[in-house]
Parts: sequence; structure tokens; C-alpha cells
Amino acid sequence: MTSTTPRLKLINVSKAFPGVQAVRNVSLEAYSHQILALVGENGAGKSTLMNIINGVVQPDSGSILLDGAEVRIDSPRRAQALGITMIHQELALIPELTVGQNMFLGREPSRGGWIDWNELYRQTQQVLDRLGIALSARAKIAELSIAEQQLVEIARALSYQARLIALDEPTSSLTDRETEILFRLVRQLRAEGVALIYISHRMEEIFALADRIAVMRDGELITAGPTSEFTPQRVVQLMVGRELQPSASQPAQPRGEPILRATNLAAGKAVRGVSFTLHRGEIVGMAGLVGAGRTNVARLLFGADRLDQGEIWFEGKPIAIRSPRDAIRLGIGLVTEDRKAQGLFLKQSVRNNAGAGLLERLSRFGFVNFRALTQQVSDLTVRLRVRTPSLNQQVRNLSGGNQQKVIIARWLALQPKVLILDEPTRGVDVGAKADIHALIRELAAQGMAILMISSELPEILAVSDRILVMREGRITAELNRAEATQDRIMQAAVGQE
Amino acid sequence: MRSFPLSSDRFDRRTFGQRFGLALIFILLMLALALLSDRFLTPANLTNILRQTAINGIISAGMTLVILTGGIDLSVGSVLALSVTIGAALMKQGWPVELSVLAALATGAGLGCINGLLITLARIPPFIATLGMLTMARGLTLMYTQGQPITGFPAAFRWLGTGDIAGIPVPIVLMLLVFVAGGFFLYRTSFGMQIYLLGDNPTAARLTGVPVNRLTVLVYTISGFCAALAGLILIARLDSAQPTIGLGYELNAIAAVVVGGASFSGGEGGLVGTLLGALLIETLNNGLNLLNVSSLWEQVVKGVVIALALLLYRAIGSRNSR
Repeated sequence: MTSTTPRLKLINVSKAFPGVQAVRNVSLEAYSHQILALVGENGAGKSTLMNIINGVVQPDSGSILLDGAEVRIDSPRRAQALGITMIHQELALIPELTVGQNMFLGREPSRGGWIDWNELYRQTQQVLDRLGIALSARAKIAELSIAEQQLVEIARALSYQARLIALDEPTSSLTDRETEILFRLVRQLRAEGVALIYISHRMEEIFALADRIAVMRDGELITAGPTSEFTPQRVVQLMVGRELQPSASQPAQPRGEPILRATNLAAGKAVRGVSFTLHRGEIVGMAGLVGAGRTNVARLLFGADRLDQGEIWFEGKPIAIRSPRDAIRLGIGLVTEDRKAQGLFLKQSVRNNAGAGLLERLSRFGFVNFRALTQQVSDLTVRLRVRTPSLNQQVRNLSGGNQQKVIIARWLALQPKVLILDEPTRGVDVGAKADIHALIRELAAQGMAILMISSELPEILAVSDRILVMREGRITAELNRAEATQDRIMQAAVGQE
Repeated sequence: MRSFPLSSDRFDRRTFGQRFGLALIFILLMLALALLSDRFLTPANLTNILRQTAINGIISAGMTLVILTGGIDLSVGSVLALSVTIGAALMKQGWPVELSVLAALATGAGLGCINGLLITLARIPPFIATLGMLTMARGLTLMYTQGQPITGFPAAFRWLGTGDIAGIPVPIVLMLLVFVAGGFFLYRTSFGMQIYLLGDNPTAARLTGVPVNRLTVLVYTISGFCAALAGLILIARLDSAQPTIGLGYELNAIAAVVVGGASFSGGEGGLVGTLLGALLIETLNNGLNLLNVSSLWEQVVKGVVIALALLLYRAIGSRNSR
């Protein structure tokens, strides 16, 4: 099944960025008809390695062989011409264009110099149908769910006649059902002879899909071999380089008095009458499919969106939250789902990112006390184990997990009474994930009320004291931790009770 | 990448490269001009450069704040004209100099404030809102003056443009004051820091509790104020307020800010860069004058310098973007 010449062969590839050796002497092969799982903590160098393969960055040294011939991949365009495609965690589609326009962007079929729209949509529909993706080629991207957009990205990659496809955390925003569709696609591609590189933090997925596994740590390739030589525990150990405490459930904490009560919240079609109460010291998990309205509820509590109807009570009083500023003043924090678009200030330093909310609190007559700011931020970054060469490092140079920790640090600095976390561990490696879970528990133990939205059922089950399940804008189940199982949550989420 | 050590304030390489790259170019230009013309490196000429920089420098300071938020203020030239016209007219009607000056400054700030409100409340993009203000304020100026200049101001007023404090010309003192105050505002206050956050990511800024609307209005108000102040210095020096005064000044200010290293997408740049940018442009003008280069060439050279500055930043920036 495996041809002898690897589709892709990296020989001693290295790449350094200011202050960090991102990839060190990596030699790795990927074969056609195979899925290679590439695993490692965030910051281990996987993304950089993928960027090298995709022509986004040039290696400092080493060589790349494609089907036995040495190639120089100096741009993503060149990579595409060579049949190398990359599907990123962050989507790269243009929301205002249709599925078809996105799929053929920059290479539209033309007739006599004019774009042949009929042909474009015909070809697009053909690709979608072949993959069993139930979407119209003429649908606008903005109208699709994130999961559907991801499928479009995959279809686009396919339409390039790709020889090698790298998928970076493709399931991080997919529901279980959509994940199944994706798996089917990936296996189909393998059968067609494409070489696949699959980056994921989810052990179940890796062991379900991969033929070979490669583990990276601190920029180096630790090991690579057939999946049969590994166990999930072994892979995690190799990734982290230390034994990891399983993030097992702990006995439920006695919960404190109610702090926030929402009654009959409604806004547009997304939220249609949601009521619940949060207590001090309690972790409430919010489960549901993508698009069930969970994020909308979070945004309503935080004053980011307008409420059509309903009341919010805080510490026993009805309150109006008209803006995030109001919410923050009351002591409500929100760690948003999409950290790049809604959380990070990419050009600013780690200090200014983590201290963004403190600026006003630590100033007198408008003048900021920078010593106090630096001190507080540095305490928090140490406590959260943020890996950064310095507080003045631009936050864009940090790995995803560390960026997430910086944002959490920003909120902890404000010592909120209620902290809402929307997908707090999306795209975060196992080590950072365990850190974040431990931190959430610690915060609750100190009396903070936590509302955690997550699409990962194991995470919901491991961390929550109580679980709310949403479907189509309503809460369809409320389960305490003793009665909650993956099955019951899923049933409430898809509506088959 | 260990857990980080608490390190001292270190510039990031890109900022470092931009700032010192610009300073280096500036010094090289000074050296070249000093070698080419023996009239260049004289106290009188250097003072002259600084005085000429004052007008554009002050406008550019306000423009820097606007561009840092990711916006643009095209109206500064017209706001300048309308503000000084009102100030000049009031003086001619016998108002005290101090009150007339205050009225002119208030006009500038008020027009800027309107810009800010159009952008935040009416959600008109900055480019369009300030373009509207540009034509409107210029139209009002022409209407009010009937196209005639207002001339002959009290000596107390002309001091703004021609006087000196301890031997330093007043325009230079005012420019330095604007930059020092602006520096404190931008780098030491929560407002200043929040301007960077707003320019970098407006969505995240709002979700972090930055008072986005208030800050935007404030920034355009400051820009209008700076334009009015620069205008007062200008008419005090000329002893005349032409209705066409300040025409095209927005472009000079934007040029200074951009040469100074600010990014049009916001969140990047600063006042030190802008001051250097304004000085660089003015020094170049001065040098070309001394070398008897035709004023038509001056424009071409200015354009080339701006393009070169941006190329330089691109070169520095691309090497360590990840």
C-alpha cells in the first residue's frame, strides 16, 4: 500500500525566530495512502513546520523532497502549485463571497477573458457532491456555520488536486456529527492516494485515523512510528515530557449563594427564553451543538449584544447591562471563543494584553501606575505558567495555548465575581489544557462563579459541577454531575429525548 | 522559551529598527546637507527649520493619535481655516486676543468633536466623515470671508508667530509643548494606552471595557484642536488669514505620521516617530532650497522620501514577522 518513495521528506529542517528555536533539525517523512498524525504541545513547533511545508516561512537550513525531488517552497502559491494544501485552525474564507467564489478564488474558469460563472458553480457543486457535503455552491460563506465553513475549506483543498494535505486542528470547532463527516472525507482522501498530515490534540481522533504518529517537543522531533507502537498515554507522556495528572473529576464543591440569575433571556432567533442561576464557587458547564445559542447567551450576560427580552439579576438586584464596560464594572468577565478576532491585541506586548483591563483601575488622574501594572501582570503570568521570553514580547509571537493564558490572565487581574469562558481550551495543547482546567477549579474554590461553554463533552463532564444543555436557543436539560453522561448530554443537544 | 525572566523594558526589534532607522536617516541627511552647503549647519538655519516644522508638527501630533486608532482625519486643513477665520474675525471686531484665541481653539476642537460623533454615533467611516468635514468647513470659510483675506492683527497676537521665549521662537516652544503633553498623554495615561488597544483590535477593545466611542471622539477633538493651534501660529506669523489657508495640510500631516512609522491599520507608531518624520520632511525642503533646487522638484523628492521610508519599514518588518 505504501510506495517506497515518501511523498514528502524533510531532512534536517531548522528554523529560528527571534528568541526561540522553533524547529530544530527535524527529519520526517509523509507517505501517500497514509495519514500521519503530528502531535505536540502548543509551541512545540508544529505550526512552524507546517508553515515551512506550506511556504509561509523559509527554513534556515535543511532540505525538502517532494516525491524524491528536492523542492524550494518559497510561497504559499508555490506550495499550491506543487499540490500542497493546508487547512488551518483559523478559517481563510472570504465571508462576503459565495462557496463557489471562494473555492475558485484567483483561478476562476474563464471563457474569452470573462469569468464563466456557470462553469464555476457547476464544478464547485461537483466537488461538494462528490464529498457528500450538503451545501449549495451559491451559498454565501457568511451564512454558513463555522463547521460548514470548515467543510468548504476542505473541499477547496481538494479542488486543487492536492498531493499532500495538512489539516491543523480541523475538528476544534466541529460537533461530533460533523467530525464524522470530516473523518469520512479524510479516509476517502487517503484511499485516493493523498498524503495527509493531521495535527490534533485529541487522542481519540489520532488513534482512530492515523497510520503513523510523529511527536514534537520544543522544536524537535521526539519520535515517529506506526500507530500500533503507541498508546494514548505514551503519546501524551512524550508530548509533555513528564507524567501528567489525569484531569479527573473531583468531588463537587458545596456551592455558595446565588450571584447571577437570568430569567427568560431572548434575543433574535439565537436565544429564545433562557433562564438559569449561577452560584458562587460553582462551575456550570454549558453544552450544545455549534449554533445552539451558547455564545449568544454569554454575550448577552456580558452586555456585548442587546437583549430583546428578559431580566438579569446580579447579587439580588435587577440590573441593566448595556455594554461590556457595565458588565466589567459589575464584576463579570468573558473569555471569548475566538481569541484572535475578539481577544488579542496582536501588535501589543504581553504586558499590555494581560493588563488591558487594568489600565483604568491602576491609574490616578488618568496616569497609569506602570510599576503596579507590570508587577500584577508578571505575578499572573508566573501563576498561569505563560511561556514568553519577556513581558515586552509581542503577543503574536506566542503559541495558541500561551495566548489563551494571557487572555485569562487579563480577566483574573480584574478579579471578577462571575467569569464566563467560551471554549477556553480550543486549539490548546494537553499541558495547557490541564493547567486551565486546574485553574478553573481553583477559581471556583475561591468563590468565583464560572460559566464554561465547551463543545468537548469530556471537558464538560470533567470540570462542571452542573451542566446546562442548549439547543436552538433554549435550555433543554439541566443535569448535576452525578446524573450527567455523554449520552444524556448529546440527546438533549440534538433533541432526541 | 522557559518561564520568562522578569526582564527590563526592551524594545521589540521592529520598533527599535524603525525608530533608530529613521533617526539614522535623519542624521545622514543632516551630514550630507552640511557637506553640500555651508549655510545649512548655522544656528539661524536650524532654528528656521524648527520654526517651519512647528505648523505641520503640531497638526501631525493630533493626526498621530487619530491614525493610531486606525482612523484618518482629512479635515485638518479646513478645520484650521475655519477656526482661524473665526478667531481673526473676532479680533477684528475688537474681541480681546485671549478670548479670540480661545474661540478659535474651541472651534477647532468642536469641529473635531463633530467628526468623532459622526464616526461613533452615525457610524460613518472616518475617511468619509472627515472628507465631508473637509468640504463643509472650507465652504463655510469661503462663504464667511467672501474670499477676502483678513489682515492686520494686534501685536499681542502676532507674538504667537513671531515672538520668542528666552530666545526660542514661540512656535518652536508651542510645538515642543504639544509633543511633551502628547507624549505624557499617549504613553503615561490609560487613555493613551487604550488608543493603542483600540487601533489594534476594536472588537477586542470593546470587549475589554475600553470606552471606544468616548476615546474616538476625544482623539478627533484633539486633532481639531491641534489644527486650530497650528493655524493660529501660522496667521500670527503671516499677519493674515487667507480663506485658502491650510489647503492640503492634511496630506503633509499624514506624510509626517507615515514617515514616522505609524501603521495605517492602527495600533502601531508614536509621537517620537512623527516628530522625526515632520523634521525630516522639513529638513529636506530646507536643504533643497539651500541647494537652489527648483520647488517643483521638492515635491518629487518628498514623494520619493515617503516611498523610501515605507520600503524601509517593510524590509525591517518582514524579517521578523512570524
